[in-house]
Amino acid sequence: MSDEETKGLLSPLRRKLLMGIAAVPAITMLPRASFAQTPATSAINTTGLAVTDTEVTVGILHSATGTMAISETGSIEAEKLAIEQINAAGGVLGRKIKFIQEDGASDWPTFAEKAKKLLVNDKVAAIMGCWTSASRKAVLPVVEQYNGMLYYPTFYEGLEQSKNVIYTGQEATQQILAGLNWIAKEKGAKSFFFVGSDYIWPRTSNKIARKHVENVLKGKVVGEEYYPLGNTQFNSVINKIKLTKPDVIFTDVVGGSNVAFYKQLKAAGIDLSKQALLTISVTEDEIDGIGGENIAGAYACMKYFQSLDNPNNKAFVPAFKKMWGEKTVIGDVTQAAYLGPWLWKLTVEKAGSFDVDKIAAASPGVEFKGAPEGYVRIHENHHLWSKTRVGRAKLDGQFELIYETADLVEPDPFPKGYQ
Amino acid sequence: MFGDYSLGDLGSIFVMQGFAGLILFSVYVLMALGLAIIFGQMGVINMAHGEFMILGAYVTWMTSNFFQAYLPSLFSGYFFLAMILAFVASGALGMLVEWVLIRHLYKRPLDTLLATWGLSLMLQQAYRSVFGAREVGVELPQWMLGSLHVTDSIEVPINGVFVMCLTLLITISVAYVMYKSRWGRQVRAVVQNRIMAGAVGINTEKVDRYTYGLGCGIAGVAGSAFTMIGSTGPTSGQLYIVDTFLVVVFGGAASLLGTIASAFSISQTQSTLEFFMSGSMAKVLTLLAVVGILMLRPQGLFALKVRK
Repeated sequence: MSDEETKGLLSPLRRKLLMGIAAVPAITMLPRASFAQTPATSAINTTGLAVTDTEVTVGILHSATGTMAISETGSIEAEKLAIEQINAAGGVLGRKIKFIQEDGASDWPTFAEKAKKLLVNDKVAAIMGCWTSASRKAVLPVVEQYNGMLYYPTFYEGLEQSKNVIYTGQEATQQILAGLNWIAKEKGAKSFFFVGSDYIWPRTSNKIARKHVENVLKGKVVGEEYYPLGNTQFNSVINKIKLTKPDVIFTDVVGGSNVAFYKQLKAAGIDLSKQALLTISVTEDEIDGIGGENIAGAYACMKYFQSLDNPNNKAFVPAFKKMWGEKTVIGDVTQAAYLGPWLWKLTVEKAGSFDVDKIAAASPGVEFKGAPEGYVRIHENHHLWSKTRVGRAKLDGQFELIYETADLVEPDPFPKGYQ
Repeated sequence: MFGDYSLGDLGSIFVMQGFAGLILFSVYVLMALGLAIIFGQMGVINMAHGEFMILGAYVTWMTSNFFQAYLPSLFSGYFFLAMILAFVASGALGMLVEWVLIRHLYKRPLDTLLATWGLSLMLQQAYRSVFGAREVGVELPQWMLGSLHVTDSIEVPINGVFVMCLTLLITISVAYVMYKSRWGRQVRAVVQNRIMAGAVGINTEKVDRYTYGLGCGIAGVAGSAFTMIGSTGPTSGQLYIVDTFLVVVFGGAASLLGTIASAFSISQTQSTLEFFMSGSMAKVLTLLAVVGILMLRPQGLFALKVRK
């Protein structure tokens, strides 16, 4: 495929056309049209991956069962949508993407085992997968040992970088600092109360947030509280919040605890239209369970909201709903998961090869102009340059965009002065 | 740590913290009552207790949706009907499970642990297949949200008051049924000596089935009430199971009074400690205290004779 053709396929307009009106003809015509130029399999696959003259196999590895299925379902859906769209647009180097889905079952050793199965038995060209940091940490040695490529969608605590992983979500400094800056400036916030679930991501994120509040914003952290995962009783911490009267409640509570926390906050008479609350762990997906009326008024900082008003997102949201139902909502991680297959396709085309080493080397600088969140680019450290946005939760469970950074924020997984 | 606050502030915080402890107490009693009946009276280790609770929560969710769609004018009162339906649904499922599974295992109580654990996995997957993997949001009528404004700094959450009243009501009903009614006497007779109870003409199989159904039904009501304070998803039941067993075991298996005493002491310890340290540390210390006491007194706070 010539360079010009590749670019043509990437342009958002062309992509939309293919997705929408011309999806069916595209499936039948494009491969045939480009067949003559399709590079020989032996040339683009020198390491024995599952690539044939017409197909390439990738793996999807998430929890479809167990506790994490609540969160990971959206990622699976987004990845399948992206793969379908890529196939409708002609596939990757003239090859249709076939996927093998494995279930990590919310169990970290199972994730590692399934990753090994995908890489060793199925010889997949890439894995879209993992959600929690624990599952990623379990899979990491496997993809490094067997030289696979993992596209990881979740915003996470940073402090990691691997040749074999592309992190399509934000790392902690990218997500947090812009949000704190905004709320300090906008609300004149000086005192912060941190509430989080007790595991690595909230603890690392709060550490970064505390350093930023104390050293950069010259504010004060008046409380920092952690509750075990799955805790359902927050009345004590709510009382402490009432006692300390912070300008901002900063939260990274996750999972079922989230629902309990916001319901009890509301029941305790804390009015989020008056008390500023900034969360980094509530997306549209979580609000489904929390209920819009319990969280309306809260601010969230992340990189994507379903309500974003740009042409890419306006094509993405209906396509997602068409495939997965009118009622499904799309949160930050779901969008990041959608980027995985696209970034991989673009990188393969840039490298002109499915070989993992070549993809890893070609990744830095790969741009995706069609991302629902807007333009993104892969950094040398395999994370994404992306904007950070602050949204305000509304009664209907959607976010209203309040602020976005003017420029892309540089990913910095090993932030100096924040460790 | 109190130097920075005025006396008035502190006073109202202690009132509210006391209230938080009472709410936690009610929640513990409510979730443990069903298990206390099943584990305490029948000796069945019901690992699927949380899933019976979540069935109640899903029933509440469906009732809420039904009322919103067809009877919006009656929406403010739907919760009471939802709790009754939750009791019926979980109770019926409980009786079915007893008939299919549990009754074959009475002579092997430890195996009930494995069997009901398997059951809990099956129920979780069933919820996931039927209702979807994501959590659902149960919409509550307006009057159940928010708080009662007592003074400027003291606010009492309405859902907390609701749970407290409900717990009181159910506890009194259970105590009445168990200790005053004819059926309760039969249950206690079967617990104390199954063979003799059978010999004097008590239909022990029927008693077992209804006892198990009652325990599951109460779990369903608890699940329904907890939609006010917690999440509703396929695996939400797992959030409650550990605390529930803790309360029942600590209280002494066969004693309702023990369950209440244990819920009270655990909840008060927990919420007092939570005020002085972080939530995770409070939990650790509470658990340590419970483990320590159970080492000295393995039968729990209040021990009665259990089935041999």
